[in-house]
Amino acid sequence: MNSIFEYFADIFHTVKSLLTGMKVTGRYFFSPGEIVTQQYPENRKTLKMYDRFKGEVIMPHNDHNEHRCTGCGICETACPNGTIEIIQARIDMPDGKKKRIIDKHIYHLGMCTFCGLCIKACPSDALAWGQEFEHAVFDRSKLTKTLNQPGSSIIKDIVE
Amino acid sequence: MKEVINLPVKNIEEEEYHINMGPQHPSTHGVLRLVVSLQGEIVKSLKPHCGYIHRGIEKMCEKDTYPQIIHLTDRMDYLSAHINNHAVCLLVENALEVEVPERVKYIRTIIDELNRIASHQLWWCSFGMDMGGLTCYFYGLRDREKILDIFEESFGSRLLHSYYTPGGLMMDIHPNFQANVKAFIKYFRKKIKDYDDLLTGNVIMQLRTKGVGILSREDAISYGVTGPSGRASGFACDVRKHHPYGVYDKVDFKEIMGTKGDTFERYMMRMNEMHESMKIIEQLIDNIPAGDYSAKMKAVIKLPAGEYYQRVEASRGELGVYCISDGNKTPYRMKFRSPNFSNLSALDHISRGVKIADLVAIGGSLDYVIPDIDR
Ligand code: SF4
Ligand code: SF4
Repeated sequence: MNSIFEYFADIFHTVKSLLTGMKVTGRYFFSPGEIVTQQYPENRKTLKMYDRFKGEVIMPHNDHNEHRCTGCGICETACPNGTIEIIQARIDMPDGKKKRIIDKHIYHLGMCTFCGLCIKACPSDALAWGQEFEHAVFDRSKLTKTLNQPGSSIIKDIVE
Repeated sequence: MKEVINLPVKNIEEEEYHINMGPQHPSTHGVLRLVVSLQGEIVKSLKPHCGYIHRGIEKMCEKDTYPQIIHLTDRMDYLSAHINNHAVCLLVENALEVEVPERVKYIRTIIDELNRIASHQLWWCSFGMDMGGLTCYFYGLRDREKILDIFEESFGSRLLHSYYTPGGLMMDIHPNFQANVKAFIKYFRKKIKDYDDLLTGNVIMQLRTKGVGILSREDAISYGVTGPSGRASGFACDVRKHHPYGVYDKVDFKEIMGTKGDTFERYMMRMNEMHESMKIIEQLIDNIPAGDYSAKMKAVIKLPAGEYYQRVEASRGELGVYCISDGNKTPYRMKFRSPNFSNLSALDHISRGVKIADLVAIGGSLDYVIPDIDR
């Protein structure tokens, strides 16, 4: 007698537990307001990343094509994996001294691990995070970027 | 006349044979290869083959300075990236005897717990999927997305954050952080009921997990199985409780313990831990003291020569960092005691004699992350 009772109790519990689970899926099925999918490529125009989003390392330039980089090379040392290469140039100052400036600030995006150490280490705040994240390219060499724009110069009041 | 060769007739049912599970198997959660020796459907023994994703992180640490090591630890157990970072930061801070601001300790504890919830959510997704319930995967990921959004707004990245630095944090938390976390806790308290309805109470899941893959307390200790998997066997190994770091000594939380040590118990440990983590966050989130987000550190960090060890409770168990310094700015040797490696070593022991389908469930309940095993 007891075992028959248990048998039916088992069936009851099984059906009940399965229905409980189905209730959850059913609820979401009939409440499309809870849809959370992002329509990514379609919403490109309106998509805005968070301010702190780490898309890539950039060097902000002002309207006069000026940046804050002195070419000191601290970011190159801070980077754990050799992503940054600093190529310096020397120019003659009017007073006869030679001054070191940045020639090329080369950034290998393909090697960057987005750790943020370069940005933190830079003494003159020349680097920042960019919001761009669609980095896929057909040729790997396109991932090597020069961060200081051609013809750019340093903002006057930056001192090392 | 043709000669007749009598091949010995083998009895298929009694013969042992080996199959490869992985390295590309969806339920090994990564590139892990298990050579399973089977007799019929019964697992006789099992040999894990590691190393498919070995990157030599320990060796790479020897050429990196201490702040640079942080970003490598992200890539071990990527699901508890913050907690891994915490281990190295604590090691450096304790070695230099730096007092980090109270604010930093609070923030780190909150973020560690958020990270633990996110990790357990993903485990729940994939455990459900291992058991054949694909729906779980979507619901779990949907809720994990909320935490990742908080992370993304505050630290800029979703998985590999490198947010802690020796001495403090990279930057202060985002102004919206506290409100977002509180909103998440409110949201997740409601949604976690779905988890129980969908999977915990499900008869099929219970029958497949109860009494399967039993790990006794003695074995848990001798294999060094820690974290939720170890606690399911009754091994009190919560580092947060027994060797508190951060502000864990100031908050009130239970060390979730089990007794049976079977797959279902390991499952329940993590479900209950999510509740505990939410409790910890609730106690801290409104009380973050004002102050600096980083202690003053020297530009070049050099540890005094000697040996150091630091452990933290990662979401899968005890993560230990052992460091030998010879006084330079890079460590002489860095060794990580990763929880997943020890947990995996018990897999052979607990899955002997179970059906091959249960092996998937047992593996899911141990919740291994392969990059942490191989490092
Ligand atoms: S973010 Fe890190 S890896 Fe990338 S360039 Fe800066 S220091 Fe190097
Ligand atoms: S970006 Fe900053 S750290 Fe790097 S060379 Fe320029 S000034 Fe120096």
